[in-house]
Amino acid sequence: MRITLLPQHKQVDLDGRRRVADILQHLGFLPGTVMVIRGDELVTDQDFVEADDAIEIRNVISGG
Amino acid sequence: MKCKRCRGKAEVQLRHHNAAFCRSCFIVFFQRQVQRAIEKERMFTPQETVLVAVSGGKDSLALWDVLIDLGYQTAGVHLDLGIGEYSHVSTAKTVAFAQQRNLRLITVALDEEGLTVPTMAAFTNRPACAACGISKRHYFDRVAIEQGFPVLATGHNLDDEAARLMGNVLHWRVDHLAKQSPVLEATHARFVRKVKPLFRISEYEAAVYAFFRGIDYIIDECPNSARATQLLYKDALNRLEAAMPGTKLAFVQEFLRSGRPAFVTANASPPQTCERCGMPSFGAVCSFCSLVREVETKQARRATPRRAASH
Repeated sequence: MRITLLPQHKQVDLDGRRRVADILQHLGFLPGTVMVIRGDELVTDQDFVEADDAIEIRNVISGG
Repeated sequence: MKCKRCRGKAEVQLRHHNAAFCRSCFIVFFQRQVQRAIEKERMFTPQETVLVAVSGGKDSLALWDVLIDLGYQTAGVHLDLGIGEYSHVSTAKTVAFAQQRNLRLITVALDEEGLTVPTMAAFTNRPACAACGISKRHYFDRVAIEQGFPVLATGHNLDDEAARLMGNVLHWRVDHLAKQSPVLEATHARFVRKVKPLFRISEYEAAVYAFFRGIDYIIDECPNSARATQLLYKDALNRLEAAMPGTKLAFVQEFLRSGRPAFVTANASPPQTCERCGMPSFGAVCSFCSLVREVETKQARRATPRRAASH
C-alpha cells in the first residue's frame, strides 16, 4: 500500500493487508492525532487497508 | 464498526465519548456539542453578531462554518502575519472561504502595519510564537471594539485548552489559571466578551468536521511551530489520552468546575489603559506596544552607524 503523510509531504510503502491501528502503531502515530483518509472517506482504527490501496495520514495536531 | 446513532458504517471513532459515528451523524453530534457549549456557558445569543477570529486553519474555519450552520450572525477577522508562503496560503484560504459563502471578512496585514512576525522575532529576544500571540490578541481586540462587535470567538479546542492548562499548572501561573475560561467577560471599556465555543471539541473532532464539510483549510504547519512548547504538552497529553481515553476532557472540565474558582478570587486586579494605544494593559504600556517599542528602538539603533572609537 502507498501511504502519503501530510503535512510532511512524504510517501511510505508497506506490504500486505493491514489493520489501520497496526499501520499507525508501525509508523509511530498516537490514536487521535491523525486522520486516515482513503479516497474521500475516513477509515477507523479497526478498518483494514488492502495491499493495493492508497491512503493519506493527515496530522491534526497544530502548535499555535 | 457501527454508528452509535443510526447503526450504519462508522467513519469516525471517538474513544473519549465511547462512541463511533457515520459522516452525517457525526456532523449532527458535532453541531450539538457546539450549540450546547454556547448555551450552557452563555457565550452569546442569536441576536448578537459574533466576530470570529480565523487563521485559515481547521479549527477556526470549522468554528465559522458551524456557527453559520447553527444560524448565528457572524463576521470574520483575519490577521496576515507576514510569515512568507505560510501566511500567503492561510490568507488565501480564509478569503476563499468567506467569498464562497458571501461572508464579511475583515483582514489586517501586519506588513502594512510595518511589523510582521518575522520582523518582531528578529529584532527582539522573544520567540516568534510570542510575537504572534501578542499581535493576534491586540488586533482582534482592537477590531472587535472599534467595529462594534459585542463578542469575539476563537477556535481554541480541547487540546489547546488542555495544553495551556498543563503549561499553567507546571509553572503555577496563578493569574493565567484565573483567566483560563471558555468565556471571558469584558473587564475594560475597550475589551469585548471572548468565547471559545470549541473548548470541549478535540483537535481530531475539529479536523474530522472540517474534512466532512469539505472545508479547504491550510494543512501545512506554521514554520515557527516546530519549536512551540505547546506541542510538547500536547504530545504528553496525547500519550496519556491513548492510555486513558477521556483524560484531556476530564482535565479541562474538572479544572473549570473545581480548580479555577480558587484562582479567580486570588486575582482581582482589573486591567489598566495603555498610555500608547489606549487598549487594555496590565502595566503602563500594553504587551503589544512594549513589543513595538522594543522593535523600533533596535531598528533605530541598527540604522545609526556606530561612532568610531577615539584613541
